[in-house]
Amino acid sequence: MAWWAVLRRDLLLSVRRLGELGNPVVFFAAVVSLFPLALGADAALLRSVGPGIVWVGALLATLLSLEGLFRADFEDGSLEQLLLSPHPASVLVSAKILAHWLVTGVPLLLITPLLGVLLNLSPLAQGVLFGGLLLGTPTLSLLGSVAVALTLGLPRGGLLISVLLLPLFAPVLVFGAGAVGSALLEMPVLPYFYMLGAELALAVTVVPLATAAALRASLGS
Amino acid sequence: MIAFFSRWASLPAFYRRSGRWIPWLWAAAAGLLVVGTVGGLVLAPVDYQQGEAYRILFVHVPSAWMAMFVYMFMAGASASAFIWHVKLAEILARVSAPLGAAFTALALATGSLWGARMWNTWWVWDARLTSVLLLFFLYLGFMALQAAIEDRRRAARAGAVLALVGVVNIPIIHYSVEWWNTLHQGATVSKFDNPSMTWDMLWPLLTMALGFMVYFAAAVLVRARSEILERERHRRWVIDEVAR
Amino acid sequence: MPLTDEALLAAVDLACVRGDRLLFEGLSFALVPGTVLKVEGPNGAGKTSLLRVLAGLLRPEAGSVTWRGQGIAACAGDYAGDRRYVGHQNGLGLALTARENLRLAAVLQGAALDSAALDTVLETVGLPCAGDIPAVRLSSGQRRRLALARLLLGQAGVWILDEPLNALDRNGHALVGRLLTDHLMGNGVAVISTHQTLTLPAGVRQQTLTLAVA
Repeated sequence: MAWWAVLRRDLLLSVRRLGELGNPVVFFAAVVSLFPLALGADAALLRSVGPGIVWVGALLATLLSLEGLFRADFEDGSLEQLLLSPHPASVLVSAKILAHWLVTGVPLLLITPLLGVLLNLSPLAQGVLFGGLLLGTPTLSLLGSVAVALTLGLPRGGLLISVLLLPLFAPVLVFGAGAVGSALLEMPVLPYFYMLGAELALAVTVVPLATAAALRASLGS
Repeated sequence: MIAFFSRWASLPAFYRRSGRWIPWLWAAAAGLLVVGTVGGLVLAPVDYQQGEAYRILFVHVPSAWMAMFVYMFMAGASASAFIWHVKLAEILARVSAPLGAAFTALALATGSLWGARMWNTWWVWDARLTSVLLLFFLYLGFMALQAAIEDRRRAARAGAVLALVGVVNIPIIHYSVEWWNTLHQGATVSKFDNPSMTWDMLWPLLTMALGFMVYFAAAVLVRARSEILERERHRRWVIDEVAR
Repeated sequence: MPLTDEALLAAVDLACVRGDRLLFEGLSFALVPGTVLKVEGPNGAGKTSLLRVLAGLLRPEAGSVTWRGQGIAACAGDYAGDRRYVGHQNGLGLALTARENLRLAAVLQGAALDSAALDTVLETVGLPCAGDIPAVRLSSGQRRRLALARLLLGQAGVWILDEPLNALDRNGHALVGRLLTDHLMGNGVAVISTHQTLTLPAGVRQQTLTLAVA
């Protein structure tokens, strides 16, 4: 009940600030379109490095969108009220993370096929890329929430978030981009999806607890 | 038990006790490192495949071990700081991070030097080097977070959460990098896999490793003591201690 | 502490450190039902920190806070259901309407309210027509009233109010006085910090705690 209420609230807030909703997607598309400008428009080259480019773009877009996860709530005192609730903070926090993924991760997913076309990806590569992002981006949002919670209210928090997160994001990148690479070599893809799924399962169970603890640490001062 | 532990972890008592240990630790570290260096550089036989260049292993391997060990130490200290609010554990976690980062940097540098000799290139995206590089970034992140938070208690709590999240992620990172490596490069010859290391190579290596460990203990105590003085600088006992 | 047994909220030997400044130490009090504790002191004396410690947001450096005789860390869930905290910040989602804000607050605090009850609450705090207006379009005084409306959602024994009179007009001051009096008459306790004078009826049991800059 409280979980739904928090999810609903965050979605409602995002819908009412519709203008900000598009930013991560635009950023994602812009980053991906920079690569052909830097690497040259050779179709074969783009086809082989394309999946990696999309993954790095999605990762950076997630990174930039993360600051919005708790920042406004921290500044207006809503976060305080959330922690004061008798409901477990980790449960409520998980609703906020889900809301964040729904409004930033899902739009990234939706635009991916279009970017795949720009990069000349084959239908197979497109499908595997999409599947990997579907399993991987929630993990990025989850891991990201810990870093945002740790850096709340710090000056230049955004840069710090990136420093904290890039090594933690590495496995998702490896498995996600690796799945497409494997598909292109006509090798099995499922092991990669299993790994992404396993990491997601681990993150879903552990991260809300860590994020709640991090929020307490940041607000208790 | 708890009473014993809290007495042991009381900062003034720890400060005085550790002051007595430090000279002995420095002496032991110096002795072990000298013996290990002589053993490694002079007494150990030349490797028939790699020639003299393999001798960098006597620095590289212990520092790579320490890079991992210090992170585990940090995570352990963080866990006790987080669960029991032990101030001493907070301090130990904080001061060990730069040492761990230094060991990691040393492991990277020596690995790169070895690679320059063996593979004629300063950097290969070898699985082990890459995961050590990511470990280095984890250390830098921890230190950056500590530096960004002014309030020491908050910094300690935040650092503890980060170190614990990191320690859960280290095996995943390591495993993913290894997987990545086999996909992109095929099986490379792992650098220091020397299945039958003879005793005259092994003992200098173990001596060096022990020397690194004792050095770490001494350095961590020195750093912890100055951190204690800084944190408690308004307390009576510190003012008395410094006046002495 | 002879009163601790009957006290609803008590503090034993509290100490609080911010950065490396000791704000207060050895602070003890016990509030039996129907008591208000006014926390006074100049800026930087640690009023807000004390209230945050009492609310359970901040860990004290030493000492403990007890609710019905139990440490608040041990009974966190029960205490959270019985405690309302209005801090410096109002804790409102600015793009949400007054009604949406209150409904969420009610759910978070574990209080079930229908919309008629919400209307009553809005009317009590003097915002009868503001229900469907986004908080961002309310004046700062109206937002403060909306934050205070959280106190009326469900039953709570302990109110912790940090500068509740901020941004409120004279009617608002009277409103806070009325709400507090009702709460105390109903055997609640309250801890408030304020720079302004808040007059309460003579029958109310009042304690004052003055913090000094250390």
